[in-house]
Amino acid sequence: MEKPNPKRSLSNHRISRRSFMAGVGAGTVCVAASSRLFASGGGEKEEEVINADSLSKLSLHINARDHHLLVEPRWSLLYVLREKLGLTGTKEGCSRGECGACTVLIGHVPRYACLTLALEAEGAEITTVEGLLNGEELGAVQTAFAEEDAFQCGYCTPGQIMSVEGLLRKNPSPTTEEIRIAVSGNLCRCGAYSHIFKAAEKAAKARSK
Amino acid sequence: MYYTEGLPVPETPSPGETPGPWERTDVVGKPRPRVDAYERVSGTAVYPSDIVLPRMLYGAILRCPHPHAQVKKVDTTAAEAPPRVRAVIGPGDPKTDLPWSFRDVKTTLFPKTCRFEGEPVAAVAAETLYQAWDAAGAVRVDYKVLPHVSDERRALEKDAPKVHENGNKLKTDTYSRGDVEKGFFEADVVLEQHYRTEAEVHTPLELHGCVANWDGDVLTIWESTQGVYAVQSRVAEVLGLPLSKVRVIGHYMGGGFGSKLQTSRYSIVAALLAKKTGRPVKSFLPREATFLAMGNRPPSNMTLKAGVKKDGTLTALSFTCLGTGGAYPAGGTSLVDWQIRDLYLCPHVRTECTDVYINAGPARPFRAPGHPQCSWALEQMLDALAEAIGMDPVALRLKNVPDYSQGREGNPPYTTTGLKQCFKEGARRFGWEKARRKTAGQEKKGHLRRGVGMAGSVWFVGGGGPPSTVILKLFSDGSANLNMGASDIGTGTKTVMAMVAAEELGLRPEMIRIEHADTGTTQYATPSGGSKTVPTEAPTVRDAAVQVKRRLLQMAAEEMDLPVEDLRYTGDDIVSRSRPDRRIRIVDISGLKRQGVVVGVGHRGPNPEKKTVNPFCAQFCEVEVNTRTGELRILRFLSTNESGRVMNRLTFDSQVIGGVTMGIGLAATEMRILDANRTGKMVNRNWHDYKLPTSLDVPADIVGVPIEMPDAEANISGAKGLGEPVTIPTAAAVANAVYDAVGIRITESPINPLKLSSLLEQQKKEG
Ligand code: FES
Ligand code: FES
Repeated sequence: MEKPNPKRSLSNHRISRRSFMAGVGAGTVCVAASSRLFASGGGEKEEEVINADSLSKLSLHINARDHHLLVEPRWSLLYVLREKLGLTGTKEGCSRGECGACTVLIGHVPRYACLTLALEAEGAEITTVEGLLNGEELGAVQTAFAEEDAFQCGYCTPGQIMSVEGLLRKNPSPTTEEIRIAVSGNLCRCGAYSHIFKAAEKAAKARSK
Repeated sequence: MYYTEGLPVPETPSPGETPGPWERTDVVGKPRPRVDAYERVSGTAVYPSDIVLPRMLYGAILRCPHPHAQVKKVDTTAAEAPPRVRAVIGPGDPKTDLPWSFRDVKTTLFPKTCRFEGEPVAAVAAETLYQAWDAAGAVRVDYKVLPHVSDERRALEKDAPKVHENGNKLKTDTYSRGDVEKGFFEADVVLEQHYRTEAEVHTPLELHGCVANWDGDVLTIWESTQGVYAVQSRVAEVLGLPLSKVRVIGHYMGGGFGSKLQTSRYSIVAALLAKKTGRPVKSFLPREATFLAMGNRPPSNMTLKAGVKKDGTLTALSFTCLGTGGAYPAGGTSLVDWQIRDLYLCPHVRTECTDVYINAGPARPFRAPGHPQCSWALEQMLDALAEAIGMDPVALRLKNVPDYSQGREGNPPYTTTGLKQCFKEGARRFGWEKARRKTAGQEKKGHLRRGVGMAGSVWFVGGGGPPSTVILKLFSDGSANLNMGASDIGTGTKTVMAMVAAEELGLRPEMIRIEHADTGTTQYATPSGGSKTVPTEAPTVRDAAVQVKRRLLQMAAEEMDLPVEDLRYTGDDIVSRSRPDRRIRIVDISGLKRQGVVVGVGHRGPNPEKKTVNPFCAQFCEVEVNTRTGELRILRFLSTNESGRVMNRLTFDSQVIGGVTMGIGLAATEMRILDANRTGKMVNRNWHDYKLPTSLDVPADIVGVPIEMPDAEANISGAKGLGEPVTIPTAAAVANAVYDAVGIRITESPINPLKLSSLLEQQKKEG
């Protein structure tokens, strides 16, 4: 598998900041308001303003494959992964940056896919939990999670795994304290944390072999 | 090669005979990663929220923003206008505004009077999730906002706004045995204290919701649920469909903790939207809505008066509780007095629990309903009594351990109780006495204080019981398929069941594939909750395996022309007892080859009569309090559990750490905050403001110690429940440890830095 290039991170997309903000807002109502604002804006230079539900072309580079699709500017990367590309290993717990179930790697850095617009992610190397598999074989972190029973319902698990993967790429032999901090943005309501710490330690050892 | 080699296989009981307890086990009880671990860690497990179907629409439910309001007018014109909106439904239409009820109180899917913030008002379906929410936002609703009551402590005041026409009192339950006045008279020390636990919200990581799809008149629902059959029956009832035409599937589910035991209005709404549009509809709640409308552990206001003799004998317990199940009947005080009634020997007990309505989301069972609250009061009281009579807390508890259930009619004995061992072994493994001496003798220099605490518990049920049916199919190559309706809610049910079948058949567990939680293809099961799934399903699976062995023995007897009693099933073959040279390999049995499969149907046998089956637990912890900041660090936890036979040593530990972690939430971080004085709305309906324990809040050192006592009378697997007992005593143990550290008894949860620092401040002032 091609190693992702950490330098390729989030891009500035071509749509204007104004239309971007309109898109992120509360949908049509906000867009209407924004268009009006624009219409009465007098001396401002004409900018491209697009409706919240108009579609833009986008290419995403996920798990070493390119995907070309049409997206609304307001769609989150999480929505696109799960609902449009069938990459449902990345989970949705809150869609507002509270739980970490949606964690993916952008470059080598764990990011909340629900707080990342799909358009923002263009050009970035995105890795999801499916991308840690080698064919049908589990990656080191995945294997350690399975062996240590580092989950119960398993719903927060892909996110936890991606946070640990991100940690180990940066810091191959972390302390328990560093592991705790690395997964502190990933809630586990089943309370599997102490097994997650063990799994991360085990994965670190396995990777360094 | 599919069979375990060289390991003995349990004897097959003759038809009509009940299998005895396993004498030894080679698979059951050992640590084993989950049968579905691969799917869960690879991301290939398909949870209901992962379902994407061709032509699927997205549903969104508009919810009432007020805790109490009349819906005067709903105008959907603007919502219907955009091109990609496919359906809008709301109140008043008899085809879609169907009757709904909370226990015996009737309402509708989109009620005219909303009694809690978050009641459904209208629903839409559109091509994308974003468009669906745009459309829901464009529904115009005229509300007449009504006065609300959001604090149960004010619900019974004379001028309190009424949640229901006939007032806010739902009921008062009383219980009594002996004569408490006499008991207090006999006591050397009598203490009385008020306690309160705050409401907690379940918020499992996977949102509540489903995907609904019609094929003609057949409805399929993929739902994140603890019980597919429970959803099937309610949906069929509300929509007037035969059970056979409602298929509910929930192969994986991302946590429930009791909040996904029951059917919610959203499932009906999704089915109606799907019907109206002729397209599949996916409808999951946004996270905020789950805080409002998907249940809670209700707040409990408890007063406990207790009497004890100098030698530690408890003489009387008098307990009252005021609680609330929210706006509808929902068990606001259910089981909240159970520890008082049953955990410790006490001749004179009186309890009185009053359940009132308030304008807040209805409660749902939350992991050991009522128990952690009651434990918070009782276990802190026991420590206070121990201190008053100068006795060690563990010794006081050991003095009062019963071997029969005092809380139940007729005082039935427990089939087994390891409560005593839980205390003794727990104290030994934790190093209790030494730790107590150390904290008592710690220097009062600096700002860090250590403390240790403990608490015990019994869980009301946990023995499981009928009905349950499972089917075990042995294929012609000797591998097997286990078919059961129960959900695996994360506790490892599937893995345990594969281990049980493997043990009984002498098969390698990997050779068993499980089909489960699908009303279309798997057998009837009650929802997974109450720590009853393993003690219900494990004996059923064992029974099915025994049926398979009996059938194979019969086939072999015919083929070998030997009496069936002469044959013994050994795993990979069947051998004659009288002539050991005569044997046949399972895969060579021509009956099996001809049929292609042998089917065993297992049923759950009855529970023992006149006895009760309950699991027990004791927990010990050490904490450190920062007296400058009021911060609490929990350093280590140890949980001793008597839950009958240990089924899987690895998932046993996962249950323990999960239960302790959740209990730490009750103790230290979680509380629902309602703006009772003004709007009545919930102000912390998100995970930023409603704080769950994170990886930074829990100790890495959480140890599970099984007190293994296979319960031969409970059922033919010897297992009792584990999932609820592990969370009951946690919060109380933390509170007791905080007291040991700083000498402040914190009677109201949660023990957060805000509360602790102000109490420390007060303590300093009072000197
Ligand atoms: S779904 Fe992204 S943080 Fe919760
Ligand atoms: S395993 Fe269920 S939320 Fe973490």
